[in-house]
Amino acid sequence: MSFFDFDERIIPLDTWIQSGVDKLVENYRDVFQIMKMPVEVSLNGVVWVLTYLHPLIIIAALCAAAYRYSGRKLAVFTALTLMLTGMLGLWEETMITLAMVFCSVLFCAVAGIPLGILAGRSDRFEGFIRPFLDAMQTTPAFVYLVPVVMLFSIGTVSGILATIVFAMPPIIRLTSLGIRHVHPELVEAAESFGATPFQVLRRVQIPLAMPSIMAGLNQTIMMSLSMVVIAALIGAGGLGMPVFLGLNTLDIGLATIGGLCIVLLAMVLDRITQGMGTVKRK
Amino acid sequence: MDKKEKIKIEDLYKIYGNKPKQALSMLKSGKSKEEVLEKTRMSVGVNNASFTIYEGEIFVIMGLSGSGKSTLVRLLNRLIEPTAGSVWLDGEDVAKMSTERLTEIRRRKMCMVFQSFALMPHMTVLENAAFGLEISGAKKEERRERAVTALAQVGLEAWADSYPDDLSGGMKQRVGLARALAVNPEVLLMDEAFSALDPLIRCEMQDELLKIQKKNKRTIVFISHDLDEAMRIGDRIAIMEGGRVVQVGTPEDILLNPADDYVRAFFRGVDPTIILTAKDISQKNDVTIKMRPGNGPRTAVQRLIKYEKDQIYVLDEDEVYLGILTRDVLDEMIDRGERELDAGRLNVIEPSRETDSMQDILPKLISGTAPVPVVDSEGVYAGTISRKQFLKTLHRNGESE
Repeated sequence: MSFFDFDERIIPLDTWIQSGVDKLVENYRDVFQIMKMPVEVSLNGVVWVLTYLHPLIIIAALCAAAYRYSGRKLAVFTALTLMLTGMLGLWEETMITLAMVFCSVLFCAVAGIPLGILAGRSDRFEGFIRPFLDAMQTTPAFVYLVPVVMLFSIGTVSGILATIVFAMPPIIRLTSLGIRHVHPELVEAAESFGATPFQVLRRVQIPLAMPSIMAGLNQTIMMSLSMVVIAALIGAGGLGMPVFLGLNTLDIGLATIGGLCIVLLAMVLDRITQGMGTVKRK
Repeated sequence: MDKKEKIKIEDLYKIYGNKPKQALSMLKSGKSKEEVLEKTRMSVGVNNASFTIYEGEIFVIMGLSGSGKSTLVRLLNRLIEPTAGSVWLDGEDVAKMSTERLTEIRRRKMCMVFQSFALMPHMTVLENAAFGLEISGAKKEERRERAVTALAQVGLEAWADSYPDDLSGGMKQRVGLARALAVNPEVLLMDEAFSALDPLIRCEMQDELLKIQKKNKRTIVFISHDLDEAMRIGDRIAIMEGGRVVQVGTPEDILLNPADDYVRAFFRGVDPTIILTAKDISQKNDVTIKMRPGNGPRTAVQRLIKYEKDQIYVLDEDEVYLGILTRDVLDEMIDRGERELDAGRLNVIEPSRETDSMQDILPKLISGTAPVPVVDSEGVYAGTISRKQFLKTLHRNGESE
């Protein structure tokens, strides 16, 4: 067998991974089940709140946010969008999707913003984290859906975990970028007045990186919405479900209204968070 | 010197690169900056700088871009770590002190004003002015009060609630100055603070700084590449070239006795008639006589003959300048048999003050024939300026052209 006979699989990486994941599942499944607890608890909480409250309250709240961060036009658009989802009979799915997006974005922000700050302040850490971010963004979701299901079992929580993997990179990248784009002389000025590294971060770097961090948050929201349908493949509920069911039963109508709601919801969330990034000063 | 030493830097070096020790020993063995760069790929920022800055003076560090002056000022508050040497501030070595102590010094003793203003765009003018106080943890009311006072000092109290983006360049730098003044530091470091402003505003800011300095004497280290600016505000000037301090002295010292061609080249194109005063160029070459009993016309004439002069400068008992007697007048007095000097016969040429510039003296030199007498603020005779001396000064200054 020649070394360059590439018809053969010389490195059996696939079997190694297979057996590695098998071992993980065999021995550590309980550990992974515990790990998903925080996500499960917060998701259930948010879902409960969103479905328990009267739709009118939720519509009012979202409209208020739209009005606060953008203006009357977006408030009207938000109201119409939510009314439509309700009238299409997808209110509960929309709320579940909203809860999923909220939870995944929450975890992305909690982990991603500190990581982004670290990456913004250290070239070494940035160099270390970059390949991981590239992998998270480009690995097709179907590749890691199977191990996620094996380790965490099917359901909405697994869907959120898969979403977090995919949606976290932009907030890390944009936070780092924002920190790096703060003018060095501003940092120097702060230091010249005796600011500690933490003071520099809190009073100068983070406030000035805020627009960029908000842009990262916005991207993270959009990317988690784009994962909704894929998450539905592993049993996550929400607006992905009608699309998935519609595809399986060739029910074009069902798939389309699901897709329509996803798009409209994405537009609403995008406009609101974009408005947050450019909050006008008094 | 009776003045107190405030900052004293000794054998200060800054070398940029990964193996500064090697470059340092090369420099110490007399190798030049260029040789070090070629051999080790390391660049020398500051090369063996030593000088003393006294309390209450405005000390200007001047040099072209790349001369290391901005590096040097950052070594003073250790925004840049020195490679070797000491920076003594009131007897403490800034270069070796702990981070905690350094932070303390930056918060209370030594503040900096930047060329690019470096104002925080997300804070109001008032918040910017209070920035140093906020960092040092001052109470909110105290912060506000002191920041408002500082803004009033630079005439910007009406803009307290604006944002830096709403201000013009000159106003921004006033905020930068107020931010430093609010801390009430003993030492003010100004890194090309006025260089980004247009000439008219720059002049205005210089006056402002001098005004503030007059009220409350601080030690100011001012970095500049502009000779006129250095001459205008500096009590003393250090000139830097290629990381070395080439000369330290008062503006007049440096103008009259430049240490080398580099310094001389700096002054090329500078109009000495603006900078040099009567005191700088006056000489005591002329003959004087005191108006008192016993000093008659004959004594005066004898002196004139001895020193080959045509006129004598008459002073009173306290050396206060009175007027001039020419040889002709004296001869006439002798012919008439007068034995005392007569105040009525004096030709009272109006004297120049010591602080007058050469430009002020010029008309007097042109209108009269005799050298112009120079007096101090009390009227005491301090010497004379002849046409010859005046021209010589002009010539010496232009010789490098």
